[in-house]
Amino acid sequence: MSAIIVFQDVGKAFANGVQAVSGINLAVEEGDFITVVGPSGCGKSTILNMTAGLFQPSAGQVLYRGQPVTGINSRTGYMTQVDHLLPWRTVAGNIAVPLEIAGRGKKEIAGEVERLLALVGLVGFGASYPTQLSGGMRKRAALARLLAYDPETLLMDEPFGALDAQMRLTLQIQLKKLCRSLGKTVFFVTHDIDEAVALGDKCVVFTSRPGTIQQVITSSLPSERDLMTLRFNPAYAEECAQLWRILAPALEAQNSPQEA
Amino acid sequence: MVLVLQLALAVVLLTAWQFLSPALDMVFFISTPQAIAESFIGLARSGSLLFHAGITTLEAGLGFLLGGGAGMFAGVLLGRNKLLSDVLQPFLTAFYSLPKAALGPLFILWFGIGLNMKILLAATIVFFIVFLNTFRGVREVSPEQIAILRLMNAKERHLLTKVILPSAIVWVFAGLRLSVPYALIGAIVGEIIASNRGLGYLLSYSASRFDTAGTFAALGAIVILALILNKILDISERRLMPWRVSDAGREIVV
Repeated sequence: MSAIIVFQDVGKAFANGVQAVSGINLAVEEGDFITVVGPSGCGKSTILNMTAGLFQPSAGQVLYRGQPVTGINSRTGYMTQVDHLLPWRTVAGNIAVPLEIAGRGKKEIAGEVERLLALVGLVGFGASYPTQLSGGMRKRAALARLLAYDPETLLMDEPFGALDAQMRLTLQIQLKKLCRSLGKTVFFVTHDIDEAVALGDKCVVFTSRPGTIQQVITSSLPSERDLMTLRFNPAYAEECAQLWRILAPALEAQNSPQEA
Repeated sequence: MVLVLQLALAVVLLTAWQFLSPALDMVFFISTPQAIAESFIGLARSGSLLFHAGITTLEAGLGFLLGGGAGMFAGVLLGRNKLLSDVLQPFLTAFYSLPKAALGPLFILWFGIGLNMKILLAATIVFFIVFLNTFRGVREVSPEQIAILRLMNAKERHLLTKVILPSAIVWVFAGLRLSVPYALIGAIVGEIIASNRGLGYLLSYSASRFDTAGTFAALGAIVILALILNKILDISERRLMPWRVSDAGREIVV
């Protein structure tokens, strides 16, 4: 296994003077499912944005397959809490966008879209507009679109944040299964500690702003795991508790009144 | 129910007009619905109404297409090019604040008193409304949406056709809808200033002969023309934005 994404002493200060992250050193192995947790506003999303090349670090560098990321990194794909489906296109039309950009033929696109709809469990909904779908179905459509252009690394920023617990579990199971079978590397930001433990092979814990890596926890759970029964697994409960203990001081500091 | 009430209201107003106008000795100023209808039918029978309406429709329509097309083009161009829009912004603001009808006399000098002048006057007015709306629409496109497409290797051409134009189209249509009466203003003001045909000419000609009924008939024709143009826009809007219809039919969640 080789490192696919490497952060070397990365810092990011924005023009308004806010130091989002500083001193980030991290190596992500190919095929890893990495979860990132930390107090809100600690720059979790910033590291995803820098991996995607949406903006440059102000210190250090981000290497992708050994090359510094200097522009849009199209080997990565993004999925966020907002699905960003195009409201004027049907579900099939949305999934077709990356295929159209790649210049594929009409027939090929139609076949590929059918395959992806089946993959995410949306058969029969291709002709619906996103506004006609439930939140969970929209996520599936966004996931299908993400898989349509087949990026080797998936950047996920609280993708299941707005969903109810059962829908989230269903999608987590599906995502985990898909990523394992397709061999994707996943960088998954969440504020949900249970989710971070359940999904991650490794869990990166951030401190509050300016965010830096406090600890990287390697999961003791097998990477092939049954998310459905995980909550009855004592090792899972122990890891969640451990993560809570690490994060508690930062959360407490956030809750106490700010000193002048 | 609403329709019944609307019809009832129209009947009440027209009846009041019909009887109060002579009773108050106001026929010279406001005529009566009956006389207006007769004048309207007379104009329609003689074919002159259709002729004048046709001229005005042509002027307003071509002005609308020309100004709307140029406005959309400029809106997209400046919306996607920050430097250009920053440089041009004060000039555009200055020109925008000018009441466009005031350009009429200048346009006569430049383009004569023919159809061209009315078309260009209408186009100038429409241009700014459509331009500003398109510009706004292009600027309102979510940067996240664009970033996601860029990660799919999208070029500017893809961004334009897949995200920017479709998402700006709601704004463009808002601009086009606003522009319909203004295209008519351009054409009709042009006709009133200098012309021997068109509904604006019919309007000022009737008024100059103290023919109140004829003046109202011309106004009525203008209203009908505006309604027809709006209807055409409605239909094309529904054709071009089917997802809006599905949006209207969906269950709302507050």
